[in-house]
Amino acid sequence: MLKYVIKRILLMFVTFFIIATMCFILVKMLPLPNAKAQGRDYNLVLERREKMGYNKPILTQYWIYWKNVFNFGGTSGKGWSPDFGLGEQMYISQNVFDVLKEKMPYTIVVNLYSIIIALPLGLLFGIYAALRKNQWQDHVVSTVVMLIVSVPSYVYAFLVQYFLCYKTGWFSLTVASRETASLFSWTMFKSMCPAVLSLSFGTIALLTRYTRAELSEVLTGDYLLLARTKGLTKNQAITRHAMRNAMVPILPMILGLIIDILAGSLIIEGIFGIPGIGKLYITAINLRDYNFFMVLTFFYTLVGLVASLVVDLSYGFIDPRIKMGAR
Amino acid sequence: MDYNNLPKDKFVFAQREGKIADKKLDTKPVGYLRDAWRRFKKNKSSVAAAIIILILFLYAFIVPIASPYKVSDRDGYYKMVLPKSELFAWLGWDGCTEQSESQAGYDYYNSIGQEYGTSAVKEVRNAETDPLSGNRIYTLYVDSYEKVGFTYVDLTQEEYEALKEYQNNTGIQVVYPMPANYKTDFVAVTNGANLWYKLADETDKTAGETKNHDENGNPIYEADYLMKKNLTYGQYDSLRMDIPGDGEGGLHVVYAVKNQTGFHLRVLYKEYYNYLNGHYATHVFGTNQHGQDIFMCLAFGARLSFLLAICVSVLNLFIGVIYGSVEGYYGGATDLVMERIAEILGEVPFLVVATLFQMHLAKKVGPVPSLLFAFVMTGWIGIAGRVRMQFYRFKNQEYVLAARTLGASDKRLIFRHIFPNAIGTIITSTVLIIPNVVYSESMLTYLGIVNLETSGITSVGTMLSHGQTYMSTNPHILLFPALFISLLEIAFNLFGNGLRDAFNPSLRGAEE
Repeated sequence: MLKYVIKRILLMFVTFFIIATMCFILVKMLPLPNAKAQGRDYNLVLERREKMGYNKPILTQYWIYWKNVFNFGGTSGKGWSPDFGLGEQMYISQNVFDVLKEKMPYTIVVNLYSIIIALPLGLLFGIYAALRKNQWQDHVVSTVVMLIVSVPSYVYAFLVQYFLCYKTGWFSLTVASRETASLFSWTMFKSMCPAVLSLSFGTIALLTRYTRAELSEVLTGDYLLLARTKGLTKNQAITRHAMRNAMVPILPMILGLIIDILAGSLIIEGIFGIPGIGKLYITAINLRDYNFFMVLTFFYTLVGLVASLVVDLSYGFIDPRIKMGAR
Repeated sequence: MDYNNLPKDKFVFAQREGKIADKKLDTKPVGYLRDAWRRFKKNKSSVAAAIIILILFLYAFIVPIASPYKVSDRDGYYKMVLPKSELFAWLGWDGCTEQSESQAGYDYYNSIGQEYGTSAVKEVRNAETDPLSGNRIYTLYVDSYEKVGFTYVDLTQEEYEALKEYQNNTGIQVVYPMPANYKTDFVAVTNGANLWYKLADETDKTAGETKNHDENGNPIYEADYLMKKNLTYGQYDSLRMDIPGDGEGGLHVVYAVKNQTGFHLRVLYKEYYNYLNGHYATHVFGTNQHGQDIFMCLAFGARLSFLLAICVSVLNLFIGVIYGSVEGYYGGATDLVMERIAEILGEVPFLVVATLFQMHLAKKVGPVPSLLFAFVMTGWIGIAGRVRMQFYRFKNQEYVLAARTLGASDKRLIFRHIFPNAIGTIITSTVLIIPNVVYSESMLTYLGIVNLETSGITSVGTMLSHGQTYMSTNPHILLFPALFISLLEIAFNLFGNGLRDAFNPSLRGAEE
């Protein structure tokens, strides 16, 4: 088991490095932004690029890049202080990693709120629909879920923004700025509500559908009949036997959702002006800031890899019947 | 009767014509696809979804050809006009909206049409006097097309002659008179050509000489008034009035002013638009902030998305099937290597792939082909995986062994004997690529990662981002693209479910 886990982790890092290398080379092959842009000292830009090593061969740059990233006890002298380069088109001359760290809490908090809302609701609806399978309650829940799952998340964002922010004026159109409200203040929470709501719809529907499917399949199992015949009440049978078994595939999915909190949603962040990493990424692409683009690409890739790894491994931990790594 | 000695002539042949052995079955055998189709038809919601998809496809492919508008048509005056349909005008789909106006606003909208006979104000919904200030407040139902009214245009000599000839031939008045001294007199007027000047004047009110508005708030147009007063700027209401000849009433009116390039005229935009385009402006879904027809642009964007999606599906199918077959059939080391490659490619976030392709290729081959490459780059992996699974299931079965013993080649085994088993799942997943591509494409263009506007085309995502800017004032710009994409995704989801069930033979007869 341990051997398998270690193997998978190592494999994940190998995959990550291959992807990172490909991205690095592809990004370095792109032309640099116009140094003659307005408001820039042309010679200074060129000199700076020379200093940053942008004129060296790509492989040399690649080596330097990782050396700077694994910069233990470097300039600051305290532990790991990675250097992913400096912002060139945006957050000029700021450490890219520091900016990322600064933006991260907003993305995490918004998505965390949405998960906190979505998890119980999704599970509840799913269980309810499964227990009322093929009755009208199930049909209503399933139809609504089908509609909600299909409609893209930005459509909810538009609806929420139009009706809850503009028409009724309950919430502000965009998230409060960091200058006016701290992250965990009431103002901030209230201004985040529309975004949280728009994010939750999809997650609730997804969870409901999944829970309903898994639980209704488990409920047809023979061991549930046995549980009832040996004298358990319906509720006991469901909570002790059906739910536990249904959770085997549901929990890994929840874990995946929780890790995806880090990545957040680009489009929702854009619509509600959340100063998170999604917005940072879009700005980096539009302004062609390659250092930001690179670090965020690495970040998203890593989040994706970790999520799929955790989901895979969690099956083995949750259900002892599943043998990990067995062919 | 003596059963032992039956006479021979008592026996008759029961059946002499034709053979009764080896008779063909009356019913036709039901093939896999026919069976799937039969069961698909039973699923009502999927059939409805299929019809919706068909309608959306027809909309996307017919409207860009049939519509009188083009994506490049950007009308400077009919900006953000509301949806108007002649067929459904009784439903409130008439391009009008309610707005609250002061007396000055009411005069303005009411007077636009005075000169040619129709008013921009379709209905006065409410009129009340503000108790504090004493000002009148109107709730008007204003036609967003009519309120454009008049504009100034500059034409060359030939264009002016052609316009005059058009007027003479059809009898439709396009050019309307303007005061000769409009340049100095009307600097302060916001919508320059709409000369709505009220009679209201403080001095008049106090002197009680004329009552400018009747009890309903309508301005009183008095022909005599023009002559009574020595009219200057700000004192006449409408040029439609009989205006005495040059200078007599103090107002000098001309139809065209010559300038360096040609003529400067005041035209009724509605008629001028008809003169230029051969039809009046009726935008079924309204227009956006650039004056583009949303009905047509949406169809154009949808067509682009559909074409892109179909190309992606076909390419993905092609690559995925070959890759998956080779992987699954040969297995072993080949499989291991190929599977690792697919895995690594599959782990790269799609957004990153799309962005890198845009950055590298958008300038060389254009944004749409580079988007296509990005979709193909990662899209085939899913199909390859499914095909591979099917091969693992079937390649060691006895019928394959039998075919191999009979000397079938690898190619024949793969494509004749094993691959058809996977056809159901492959068709389903290929069809479901379409909504995914449409969604991703709309997302990328919405976020501005793929910028199509410079290439003179549009997409659903671009329209969404246009609409979002004006969501609070003109929600119709956002409504129709959002509605389209929601409908499409719902329909495809239902259709996909039906397809999946239909292609799953184990569900045969299991449906209640």
